[in-house]
Amino acid sequence: MKHADVIVVGAGPAGIAAATAAARHGRSVLLVDDNPGAGGQIWRGGIENFDKAGEKRDDPAKTKALKGLVSSGATLLSGFRVFDAPGPSQLRAIGETSEGTEVVTLRYDRLILATGARERFLPFPGWTLPGVFGAGGLQALVKGGFAVEGKRVVVAGSGPLLLAVAAHLHEYKASIACIAEQATTSQLAPFASSLLSHPSKVWQGISYRATLYKTPYRTGSWPISAMPNEATGLLKSVQLTNGNKTWQEPCDMLACGFHLVPNTELASLLNCKLQVGFVAVDEQQRTSVENVYCAGEPTGIAGLDAALIQGEIAGLVSAGQSASHLHSRNLAERRFGARLEAAFRLRPELRLLPALETIVCRCEDVTYEDLAARSSWTDAKLQTRCGMGPCQGRICGPATQTLFGWTPKSVRPPLFPVPVSAFCVHDSQQTVSEEIA
Amino acid sequence: MPESITVLVNGMPVQIQAGSIVSAALLKAGEPCRLSVTAEPRTALCGMGICFECRATVNGVRHRRTCQMICCDGMVVESDR
Repeated sequence: MKHADVIVVGAGPAGIAAATAAARHGRSVLLVDDNPGAGGQIWRGGIENFDKAGEKRDDPAKTKALKGLVSSGATLLSGFRVFDAPGPSQLRAIGETSEGTEVVTLRYDRLILATGARERFLPFPGWTLPGVFGAGGLQALVKGGFAVEGKRVVVAGSGPLLLAVAAHLHEYKASIACIAEQATTSQLAPFASSLLSHPSKVWQGISYRATLYKTPYRTGSWPISAMPNEATGLLKSVQLTNGNKTWQEPCDMLACGFHLVPNTELASLLNCKLQVGFVAVDEQQRTSVENVYCAGEPTGIAGLDAALIQGEIAGLVSAGQSASHLHSRNLAERRFGARLEAAFRLRPELRLLPALETIVCRCEDVTYEDLAARSSWTDAKLQTRCGMGPCQGRICGPATQTLFGWTPKSVRPPLFPVPVSAFCVHDSQQTVSEEIA
Repeated sequence: MPESITVLVNGMPVQIQAGSIVSAALLKAGEPCRLSVTAEPRTALCGMGICFECRATVNGVRHRRTCQMICCDGMVVESDR
């Protein structure tokens, strides 16, 4: 059993900001995260990056945040995933290493959820082929040591992440065939001009475009199928369309994701109120459940700056401090999030991408045809096992929401598959590394 | 230059940069992480431990999420079948 005044779940920018703020104000803070190191997705670590001169490359914002976290005195528990909330002010987390598993009970006075977001994946013929990755997914794999040098990559789907991913893959010497963004230019234009009130975001966008100045950015275009080489089974090309014209783009890899969806499973398990799919919070990041706060993407997809500010607010408020000086900046970031959502809203044609035999639920290999006759998410689960596999509907849930308008329901423990022993045993021997990676 | 280590993927030695994740070693070897319930080969999709497509057997333990596991020298990795 471990106790902390404040427990923060998720060590991305929001969680780091929250943990740092609470610890600086004298609270004991435990920051729990399932990745090998802190940083979340946008600041994902992994093998070190080296520039042309052999110097280590680092994101200064990340370095600053991690230094702040270390000096704040907060404790980082990496490699542990929260899977249950068995009692009041209690969480259970499991750590899995190559040596085995370890279960620990965590007790808190205040809890801050900073569980981030995942990519939305939409099924189309060929999307389960090896060589087809999430957009952020491929970026994470490259940061994890997967070499893409000389590979031809199509980046497709929707959202600002596509540009960031393409720029990153380009730095790793992949050849980017094109970026296909499903949103239209007229949808994106108001968003682009609204960025003028966010100079740092404009600068980031310009630097991406400068990196990718030779790469076509095709708006109003989307993938309709991924084609394998018949002999090898490997990805050979992607078929893209702009609604009028359809063309083949030969490639070794497809990096495809349709913007982001929030990770709200733990919030739901704790009975926090959701509003149109996001965790409802007040201006102090308080959820509907007493002593439970939420910051960053689960409260609305608004990016890095929103996550940092909301994390700091949640950390300050959980430590009994005022955060009113941050409210106007938070409001501005929330408005940015609303514009993001409008700019990258999905076109209805994407609902028609799957063929009858296209797999929608990858865990259980449930096809579009199996699902088309079902009336609801629950009906589909009962009749087809859609959403009943290891990912627990995290991938096919948002897909069926887009395809059929279904709303996944009933989050129950365990939040992830765990060995049965995780429920039977008391805390296993504590051999946890608590160093900040 | 970064140090290089060797892991065994479905019996084949694969050299990979120290600190790499296990799913990157599977991709480098051209081996699937797992075969799906209808025996389709699958590789990592989300890269962050959510989709479970990266499950593979690591040092004899099945269903390890290889996107969230760092390679060790001499690690034995096999596709989940």
